[in-house]
Amino acid sequence: MSSDDVMKGDSSSMNTVVHQSTTHDSAARHATGEAVYVDDIREPVGLLHVCFGASSCAHGRIRQMDLSRVKAFPGVVAVITAQDLPGLNDISPMHTMDEEILCSGEIHFHGQALFAVAADCRDTARRAVQLAEIDVEELPAILDVEEAIRQKSWVAEPHEMKRGNPARAIEQSAYRLQGELQLGGQDHFYLEGQVSMALPQEGGDMLVYSSSQHPSELQHLVAQALGRADHAVTVEVRRMGGAFGGKETQAAQWAVIAALLADRTGRPAKIRLDRDTDMISTGKRHPFRIRYEVGFDEQGRIEGIDLNLAALCGMSADLSAPITDRAMFHSDNAYYLPHVRIRSYRCRTNTVSNTAFRGFGGPQGMMGIERVIDGIAAQLGKDPLAVRRANLYGGEGRNITPYHMKVEDNVLPELMADLAESSAYTHRRKEIAAFNLQSTVIKRGISLTPVKFGISFTTSFLNQAGALVHVYKDGSIHLNHGGTEMGQGLFIKVAQVVADAFGVGLEQIKITATHTGQVPNTSATAASSGSDMNGMAALNAVNKIKKRLVRFTTKKYGVEEEDVQFTQGQVWMGEQSMTFPELIMEAYLERVSLSATGYYRTPKIWYDRETARGRPFLYFAYGAAVTEVEIDTLTGENRIRRVDILHDVGRSLNPAIDRGQIEGGFVQGAGWLTTEELWWDQSGALRTHAPSTYKIPLSGDVPEEFNVAIWEPGVNREPTIHRSKAVGEPPLMLAISVHSAINQAIASLAPGQALPALDAPATPERILMCIQSSGKP
Amino acid sequence: MNTHVIELIVNGDLREVAVRPNLTLLQLLRDHLRLTGTKHGCGTGDCGACTVLLDGRPVNSCLTLAVEARNRTITTIEGISTSGTTLHPVQQAFVEKGAVQCGYCTPGMIMSSVHLLRTNPDPTESEIRHAIGGNICRCTGYTKIIEAIETAARAKKGSGQ
Repeated sequence: MSSDDVMKGDSSSMNTVVHQSTTHDSAARHATGEAVYVDDIREPVGLLHVCFGASSCAHGRIRQMDLSRVKAFPGVVAVITAQDLPGLNDISPMHTMDEEILCSGEIHFHGQALFAVAADCRDTARRAVQLAEIDVEELPAILDVEEAIRQKSWVAEPHEMKRGNPARAIEQSAYRLQGELQLGGQDHFYLEGQVSMALPQEGGDMLVYSSSQHPSELQHLVAQALGRADHAVTVEVRRMGGAFGGKETQAAQWAVIAALLADRTGRPAKIRLDRDTDMISTGKRHPFRIRYEVGFDEQGRIEGIDLNLAALCGMSADLSAPITDRAMFHSDNAYYLPHVRIRSYRCRTNTVSNTAFRGFGGPQGMMGIERVIDGIAAQLGKDPLAVRRANLYGGEGRNITPYHMKVEDNVLPELMADLAESSAYTHRRKEIAAFNLQSTVIKRGISLTPVKFGISFTTSFLNQAGALVHVYKDGSIHLNHGGTEMGQGLFIKVAQVVADAFGVGLEQIKITATHTGQVPNTSATAASSGSDMNGMAALNAVNKIKKRLVRFTTKKYGVEEEDVQFTQGQVWMGEQSMTFPELIMEAYLERVSLSATGYYRTPKIWYDRETARGRPFLYFAYGAAVTEVEIDTLTGENRIRRVDILHDVGRSLNPAIDRGQIEGGFVQGAGWLTTEELWWDQSGALRTHAPSTYKIPLSGDVPEEFNVAIWEPGVNREPTIHRSKAVGEPPLMLAISVHSAINQAIASLAPGQALPALDAPATPERILMCIQSSGKP
Repeated sequence: MNTHVIELIVNGDLREVAVRPNLTLLQLLRDHLRLTGTKHGCGTGDCGACTVLLDGRPVNSCLTLAVEARNRTITTIEGISTSGTTLHPVQQAFVEKGAVQCGYCTPGMIMSSVHLLRTNPDPTESEIRHAIGGNICRCTGYTKIIEAIETAARAKKGSGQ
């Protein structure tokens, strides 16, 4: 392998560990129940169980908090409030200083933590919390974006991207359209709720086991709350029982509270939120209100567009600025917008602070433009697919995004053509039209929607990763990196990369828990970047060790560097070979260092937020889906009849794992857009805070026919790890086709009319309301 | 609170435990017997992560009181493989088919599947979907799980188990 290939992350041609459908490294342990999650760690002697008391109003001021009965409750060991914190009372991830660990006086949302209790058992802690007497002066609350905009209540200043002269372009267009779309939020509903266990160590140090996507941030926030340096805190994460963005920032508060009580009592402390508390007190996907005005020609080509995105961010900034930025970055989805203005309003409300969720604003941005395209098609009486194709990014003159990045890797024209053919889109669309003519109650709809999703953190400095690789004397290998495992298969993918580079089998690699003492200053495992970045960092570490081994081998055996090959568990020196462990032992005896750190920083990317220009993404991930649905126009009930997906994962590191991401992402997206409804009452309390009322897709909701394929020609143009592409988030947005198809089914009731204004989630209730406002039947 | 001493058979072993009357079967398994393969998901009987077999029938152990299990037989994920070293055909199929992502729903999902195949060795796809209708999976989109159960059914038929 030449050094250029190494830099590009390309394969050594002889080894075949990558690009294989290896099973998840923990699959057997998951299936036997042997896999250890935080709540399964054997509880240490003297463990305290922690619960917190929450506010019961959306906005108010604490007049008095009487916790005497809580403290006196038998079994209670410690009670803390904001006044008891040794360090800083803040967990804001971007240092906006607007999110307290425990409320110091002003309550900002229903469910905010006010005080915390540690007791000998969980039951005692929960009972004790109920005994608090809290006197609150209620204040007027802002509960929706309309009121927030009226009061100019922001978590971050409004932001604008603009290119060309959209107002003039819209005015001069032959056709115009305007409208509004409301999108609901989404609860992550990771099956394993938020959980942390903190163990005090000597000298005031703290060890924390947490279910977190971001151990480094958790380490920093625990240290900050304890008033200590980061080096006093160690965080370990072996695995999460699902996360989806919900454990990027949202795990921190609970880890900090457990650590505070462990520090105060000198005893280990564990907190595990029950499901209702988890849903009430942790952030979710941002609801959006999207308004649009667009001008287009007779082919449906957009000439000018003005998009207005208002996001309900909740009580604090959290990650809302980059999330709403990403919504702007995806307001074009796959389409060239010649003259464009995108405005974003980041509304501060008295609701739980919304946060990262798979797609990170991208899904909301895309929903806006896909609605626009469907609207244009309805107005012109065209097949929406024709309008989509007419607007796709093309060659010179039609390849610049609203943020001035050139789209160089667009595969959608080809991919969508392949999908339209394999799914028989055109034929089925005609069949559906015929079916709808003769079926009075049941109506069907079909839609093909594309996804173009930008890969890289848009905050450029986050695009760095580290790894640590040791080779032990017996040739076995210890692998550690900054990425966390939440079920997505990151650990096995990186292990495949390492095994491949050393030319050994996967059984030689020990996958180890993410640990702040092994790899420091890591970014969250987020933005779909896990395998791109950690795979490259691990490869960098392996290549350092290999370089030393090659130097040693050439010196000892007098062979040329290019004759040394690592493959099939052997190290070849021309015609001769020895086993990998034999070489390692020889190298050890000759005092060769067999351990290395690895590092990676994503190349090429930059972004100037002031001018909204740059190249925020290294590349784009692409895909498309065709969904056929059926609705009952008397009840609003709906089901997905068939889905066809074609998705570009570049050269897949692990096709089975990638397929799992595509299928799971699609179904999760379909849940967001159909069944999952967050319902707040007029006092700002969430009323759908358990799976009894918040409906996650079940086995019966999965499409009857579900054809998922990885796009065969896929290869990343950019030098990513083995030319693969990120796959965590993009497939979620394939589910936009579900919502679009439902709207097509509703539209069939009033042919030739404007597109129905179906909001999301498209619950039976909303579908019925939409049918009624469409005037039929 | 008073405790009751109960006897029950867990994965083939007779156990005698002192339990509070409000202790759930899930707490008994996880906290007292350290059988942590059974997971706490929602605590309200809606997600199925805590599914175990009580006298051979699947129950949500978070909604079952420990005292209800007195003199009865419990099978958990730790107890379905007949030998300590090999996987049960359903476990094997879940691993091979990639029916597992984060793994948190997996033990409960497998318990529901094991019960299905014991009572209906040759289920249709629709029967499979119905049998796991009380088990939420947030990661996989269910397709691979359904495939795994179909595969396990075929494997069991083939091996005459």
